[in-house]
Amino acid sequence: MNLITDTLAWIGEHFASGELWLRIGEQMFYTVISVFIAAAIAVPIGYLIGHTGKGREIAVGVAGAARALPSFGLMLLLVSLVGVLQRPIAAFAAFVILAVPSILAGAYSGLQAIDRTTIDAARAVGMTEWQILWKVEAPLGLHLLVSGLRAGTLQVVATVTLAAYINLGGLGFDILQGIPLRRDAQVLGAAVIVILLALLLDALFGIATHVVDRVIPDGSPQRRPRRLRRAPSGRAAVVEAPTGT
Amino acid sequence: MNWLVNNYEQILPLLLNHLRLSLLPIVIGFVLAIPLGWLAWRFRLTRGLLLTLASLLYTIPSIALFAVLPPLLGLPYLSETNVTIALTIYAVALMSRSAADAFGSVDPDVRQSATAMGYSGWQRFWVVELPLAGPVLLAGLRVVVVSTIALVTVGVLVGVKSLGYFFTDGSQRQIPFEVFTGVVLTMALALVLDGLLVVLGRMVLPWSRPTTRRRRSPVLTEGAAA
Amino acid sequence: MIEFRSVSKRFADGTLAVEEFSLQIPAHQVTVLVGSSGSGKTTVLRMINRMVDPTSGHIEIDGEDISGVEPVQLRRRIGYVMQNSGLLPHRRVIDNIATVPRLTGVPKAQAHERALELMDVVGLDRSLARRYPNQLSGGQQQRVGVARGLAVDPNILLMDEPFGAVDPIVRSDLQQEILRLQRELAKTIVFVTHDIDEAFLLGDQVVLLEEGGHIVQKGTPEEILAKPANDFVSTFIGADRGKRALTEKKVGRRTVLLDADGNPAGVLTP
Repeated sequence: MNLITDTLAWIGEHFASGELWLRIGEQMFYTVISVFIAAAIAVPIGYLIGHTGKGREIAVGVAGAARALPSFGLMLLLVSLVGVLQRPIAAFAAFVILAVPSILAGAYSGLQAIDRTTIDAARAVGMTEWQILWKVEAPLGLHLLVSGLRAGTLQVVATVTLAAYINLGGLGFDILQGIPLRRDAQVLGAAVIVILLALLLDALFGIATHVVDRVIPDGSPQRRPRRLRRAPSGRAAVVEAPTGT
Repeated sequence: MNWLVNNYEQILPLLLNHLRLSLLPIVIGFVLAIPLGWLAWRFRLTRGLLLTLASLLYTIPSIALFAVLPPLLGLPYLSETNVTIALTIYAVALMSRSAADAFGSVDPDVRQSATAMGYSGWQRFWVVELPLAGPVLLAGLRVVVVSTIALVTVGVLVGVKSLGYFFTDGSQRQIPFEVFTGVVLTMALALVLDGLLVVLGRMVLPWSRPTTRRRRSPVLTEGAAA
Repeated sequence: MIEFRSVSKRFADGTLAVEEFSLQIPAHQVTVLVGSSGSGKTTVLRMINRMVDPTSGHIEIDGEDISGVEPVQLRRRIGYVMQNSGLLPHRRVIDNIATVPRLTGVPKAQAHERALELMDVVGLDRSLARRYPNQLSGGQQQRVGVARGLAVDPNILLMDEPFGAVDPIVRSDLQQEILRLQRELAKTIVFVTHDIDEAFLLGDQVVLLEEGGHIVQKGTPEEILAKPANDFVSTFIGADRGKRALTEKKVGRRTVLLDADGNPAGVLTP
């Protein structure tokens, strides 16, 4: 019981002193920028692969190999290759590399899942390839793109937490510092905040997915009773990415 | 490079330890997830509950879970049990979802015909549903194996030695090659086990081998060129 | 008028879908391409709006070789109705119908108004305009598809087995709609089907194809029924099984027509 009150006290103090806000700010700074850059890279490539159908094997291969990449190790690797001043850039590079595969998979599979006849019809009524991409494929593929972004973001958040190991700030700092010093309230407090942050981001993406589904009907018949849908075995393997490291 | 020459004997013990640390969570995760996934598939009510819970657990960053479990379970921070339990939680969370999807992927018509032929519920599970759910279960298992192996490395921050040791040691001693070795070995371990699972899958699930890819109607795909 | 001159199509995987196909499709008439699967009829159709380009030969529309026309522009001038309607699932009915006008730059309000008019033309209740395709029945979706094809008032309407996916009652309804539309609008319609009865019902010119796009017989429905060119045609139109051979039988004051099995097929009306 004591631990709980101590932890709450710690959280309260550190919010009041602004320190936790700073840490959250650092965490979000790294996360948001990395995901943006990763999306800027991965979405066009994913759309290109999805629209033309070429390079599919590369996309699947990248997504598969990426899951085997230990994110903590990648971050430390890139950071160890550069001097102290370029550490943040190296860290950003690591975060971007970690987010790209999930977003790529989301972008590409979103397009791939669209009924071919819909795209054929769009072409037949005289849409240009660009119009097909923006007016038909992108909206219909949005659901899977969002889930790819979600996986990528959570992956980055988890890794950014570890950025404290190389003194880049973030919420992991209090955890990593507190463990050897046996400051239980600190460790628990910071951990709880990290978890809440991750859950919050996940919930935001959940809302986004819900909104996308409401605004963009995907053409599945609404009148017929829902049969249990088969899960394409590829999907579980492609979009889920480990958030832990 | 020098580092490797001087330290290669460190590799094997850490590799084996890493493997050992990964196996228990994977096995327990798989074994627990099957009934959980089946329940989630079978009963609408439990489905929402279980999958939401699984999804939430999976969202938790690993270092945070390593930090939160000890006070909850009365363990010291720097203990292997801590890491093992955390990894098991991740494995169960990830695998349950796959298991639910796997059971859902079994053709309802096949299930019905099995019942019509006279299989009892229990028999039907072992003889029909589980094997037919196999391919998707395998896909999920592969994901779990690969991600567990990657996650074990974070355990080094709570004193659990694995290939992750090369990360932190190399980082502190500023030997990029050591870190690189750690990364490569971790990935190699994951990919080798993944490959083994694929081979195992082909042996155990021969009917699921991919047939020649169905030719997309040439009539439909021509238009893109114009 | 649409003219095919020695058109062949060999696909990338080696299939020779169409070989040396030549045909004149007269304007303001319904020409039906009929044959079983693999006869190349859909390929021939899709060459008119350049969804497929021939490997050899020429296709001319009103004297202009279409290989010189920019495909996207060409498609915006030709109506295309496919099986399963091919509606954009994330757009409302009214937006689906207005797709091509909007693509050609017609202002939204104007395009929407035209769309509503077209809904009247194809027999759809205007209250369905704001719905999404997946909220409509199959027959309604097909009507939307036809309306969309007519939206820019094209001279040519291509229809690829448009009624294949709906049930017989709805199909019969839709066929009658096409006949009515054609009486009012007199478009050049090229219609693909594997159903010979549909071909005879709708076609002014019926072109019977076999594998490779080879024309086995072409002519009016009456000509084909009266003189099937060979056994293949006879089998296809059901003449060999006596479906088409009717005999008379007087019942009271009326003359009843019986098919070859003695089942009543109709009554002679003067």
